[in-house]
Amino acid sequence: MANPSPITYDNTALFDRRPLRYDPWLTRNLRNLLFTGIASIFAAIAVLPLVLVLFYVLMQGGRLISVGLFTQLPPDIGMEGGGIGNAIIGTLLVTLIASLIAIPVGVGGGIFLSEYSSGGWFANFVSFGNDVLAGVPSIIAGVFVYGTVVTTRVFFGQSYSAMAGGIALAVLMLPTVIKTTYEGLKLVPQELRWGAYGVGASKFVTVMRITLPSAFTPIATGVVLAIARAAGETAPLIFTALFSSFWPDGVFDPIATMSVLIFNFAIMPYQAQNELAWAASFVLVMMILAANLLARWIARMTKV
Amino acid sequence: MTSSSHSSQSADSSKGDACMSLQNVTISYGKFEAVKNVFMDIPRGRVTAFIGPSGCGKSTVLRGLNRMNDLIPGCKLKGRVVFDGHDLYDPKVDPVEVRRRIGMVFQKPNPFPKSIYENIAFGARINGFKGDMDELVERSLRKAAVWDECKDKLRESGFALSGGQQQRLCIARAIATEPEVILMDEPCSALDPISTLKIEETMHELKRSYTIIIVTHNMQQAVRVADQTAFFNAEAVEGGTGKVGYLVEFNDTERIFNAPGQQATQDYVSGRFG
Amino acid sequence: MLTDSSQAGSGPTNPHRNLDADAFTLRRRPPSEKLLDLGFRQLTLVLASVVAIVLLGIFITVFQGAREAMASFGLSFLTISSWDPVNEQYGAFTAIYGTLVTSILSLAIAIPLGVGTAIFITEDLIPSSVREGIGLMVELLAAIPSVVLGLWAIFVMGPAIRPVLNWLHELLGWSPFFDTAPQGPGMAPAILILVVMVLPIITAISRDALNQVPIELRQGAYGVGTTRWGAIFSVILPAAISSITGGVMLALGRAMGETMAVTMIIGNSFNFSFSLLAPGNTIASMLANQFGEADGIQVSALMYAALILMVLTFTVNVAAQWIVRRLSLRY
Ligand SMILES: Nc1ncnc2c1ncn2[C@@H]1O[C@H](COP(=O)(O)OP(=O)(O)OP(=O)(O)O)[C@@H](O)[C@H]1O
Ligand SMILES: [Mg+2]
Repeated sequence: MANPSPITYDNTALFDRRPLRYDPWLTRNLRNLLFTGIASIFAAIAVLPLVLVLFYVLMQGGRLISVGLFTQLPPDIGMEGGGIGNAIIGTLLVTLIASLIAIPVGVGGGIFLSEYSSGGWFANFVSFGNDVLAGVPSIIAGVFVYGTVVTTRVFFGQSYSAMAGGIALAVLMLPTVIKTTYEGLKLVPQELRWGAYGVGASKFVTVMRITLPSAFTPIATGVVLAIARAAGETAPLIFTALFSSFWPDGVFDPIATMSVLIFNFAIMPYQAQNELAWAASFVLVMMILAANLLARWIARMTKV
Repeated sequence: MTSSSHSSQSADSSKGDACMSLQNVTISYGKFEAVKNVFMDIPRGRVTAFIGPSGCGKSTVLRGLNRMNDLIPGCKLKGRVVFDGHDLYDPKVDPVEVRRRIGMVFQKPNPFPKSIYENIAFGARINGFKGDMDELVERSLRKAAVWDECKDKLRESGFALSGGQQQRLCIARAIATEPEVILMDEPCSALDPISTLKIEETMHELKRSYTIIIVTHNMQQAVRVADQTAFFNAEAVEGGTGKVGYLVEFNDTERIFNAPGQQATQDYVSGRFG
Repeated sequence: MLTDSSQAGSGPTNPHRNLDADAFTLRRRPPSEKLLDLGFRQLTLVLASVVAIVLLGIFITVFQGAREAMASFGLSFLTISSWDPVNEQYGAFTAIYGTLVTSILSLAIAIPLGVGTAIFITEDLIPSSVREGIGLMVELLAAIPSVVLGLWAIFVMGPAIRPVLNWLHELLGWSPFFDTAPQGPGMAPAILILVVMVLPIITAISRDALNQVPIELRQGAYGVGTTRWGAIFSVILPAAISSITGGVMLALGRAMGETMAVTMIIGNSFNFSFSLLAPGNTIASMLANQFGEADGIQVSALMYAALILMVLTFTVNVAAQWIVRRLSLRY
């Protein structure tokens, strides 16, 4: 072992060396404080809209909640009172139609991308197309269904209909369902599939009995969120499902939905209609928040 | 013979050439005490090695020496770590200042998402380096035995290097800021034997001006580079949630490997551990 | 080998067969199972191709619909700002200008807010319960339907920001961007409501990106003696920048196509004005307002505008994917 030479910090002159003590007036510490302050202000601004929107929806809409709201039709122009019963049923119906289309198609497409495709051009095209479709503005989905379903009157000569609205919403849901299915299935460990093949299960059995159930949680979470999203969509419904002041006649007739009701009634210069817009907002927001909490709850189940 | 060969643990602290002094240090993650009651005086201008079985808290203690544990939520240190006359855990102490004077090389290579040149210059610049940056970069890379591999791609990303090269880049980065103490957590675990030897040469070089503390699982490496060696061990305690680490023995490397004071040390260094 | 239906343990019918072979009745896969396997694969393939069909369908529908207007107005459609159903003269300049200005300006406001918030909730500046609370609130904000935000904008936000807009007009009235007196609806409130809509996207994506920066990288930065914000600006943000940029582009696409909240607050005016305080229009809000009642060449003009919107959002989204793939760093 060599003798340790006397310790010389010959190079320290080239560096700033300060005492170890914390100096709050140092530029870097002041800058730190400044940025922390800015970030906290930004975070406060970011949560402010939610607080304010929820506050007003609860205040303005919550006080109008009554039995009549759920059981009555909207009032005629100039009249008081009334309810949004038809719009609530309409939203449920249109969202149901959309789910019945988008969930099977989306889950099937997701299974194909994750389990059956081996990265060929077709799978690449589908997953690229899926990302593109996810970015298509919702109003364009409305234009598409207007052009293909409404103006062509494919459904028994009917133009505007609940069905058309449901299809438009399904177009919006589809990319989300495919993506969550695909990503959920990708999370399933490969060993699980091998295990199933190892005992001689066919691919179909493996997918249906092993892979898909293992990915249930992320898929269910994503699907619930997609449904909640669709229930609040307005743009694709304005000229597909249109609106109706009456109780729904069937899936091939125009139908009222809460979101379109809010839009129509918000811009009317009548107090009663404005109030119903707030009440519908309250009901819609509560439904959507409940769905979000449900999704969170599903997601948490497996984390235990 | 070196002047310290006769010194024992207590003699070291009385001599007062200790660079860092740990006084009854206990580090816990949340409720779990990872290492307990460590006393040691780390001499200045020497290489000190920490050895011991996996999970006994070597990295934990090492991170405790430059307040790296501050970054881990829930990690608490009790006791005193004295450096340069200050308790590093005094609330008045600025952890940033501490890390500027006590540098660190990590177990996993972690180059910044910047060019190789910037990886080195970044640390130097924030430490207020006033000299010739090009020269510093070259000197640091040479000392870390990676200059030849890097000299033609200084402007390329640090990620464009192999794992071992990245690690040497990180060593160069730590050397470049010329801290008084360099902490190294298994710096050679991702390196081939040639690079490892180069790094060890660098350590011999560096200890003229710096104090080095190195965690290693490689006994030969500890023998080759370290003047002093600390052996840590872990044992289960009643009512505890896991194994609690503690310092078994801290002495001259020669003594630890040839005539350890404890049976556990003897077992470990002779590979009869288990 | 013929399979029989006897259960294991119920007694072998053939004494030469051993028990085990008897217990497994499906040692050889029946053709029906193979058919099912194949059929299921074909089914998922068909379902997957629905995406492609829908996408092509959207493009063809819009393009076909737009052809008549493209033939009569050509590219001057992009630069003319009159929208005159009486004389059948259509130009989308006002709406294109509105789309670009509202989306870009709203992003300019939302990027610092969103990234700042994301840093605030990832960098342990505050206890983790508070961080999670803020994260949850931002996520729930994304769940509020845009039509509800529009309602809120009409009745709450609009009146509330009126004095601020008046003040801006007085202060900056000399510039063309503020030279009209604020009325109720206008581009400025539309920009603000768009900020509310894209903020959750930017925050969520930035938060995920920052969370993915490995702890080792942070330690490295602190190890050479940076301060917290030194580490954030020089190491952590650069490491996350590609995902954040991708998120910003996605948000831009969303802002361009956002319809309801904007159409309720922007005023839907076809009179072109540079002023942010004046009522304006976007392509999406124009479609929402006119599509139901339009006929003849006006429908085609609207389809033409829809095509422009599609091209814009398509470009932005593809750019987003390209950025994420191209700039992403290896850790
Ligand atoms: N971030 C952390 N959070 C909670 N516990 C931790 C954390 N890091 C380490 N521990 C625990 O502290 C104990 C000591 O870990 P440490 O990493 O210091 O061991 P080590 O001696 O460095 O082991 P190795 O040789 O494998 O690197 C272990 O029981 C470990 O589980
Ligand atoms: Mg370790």
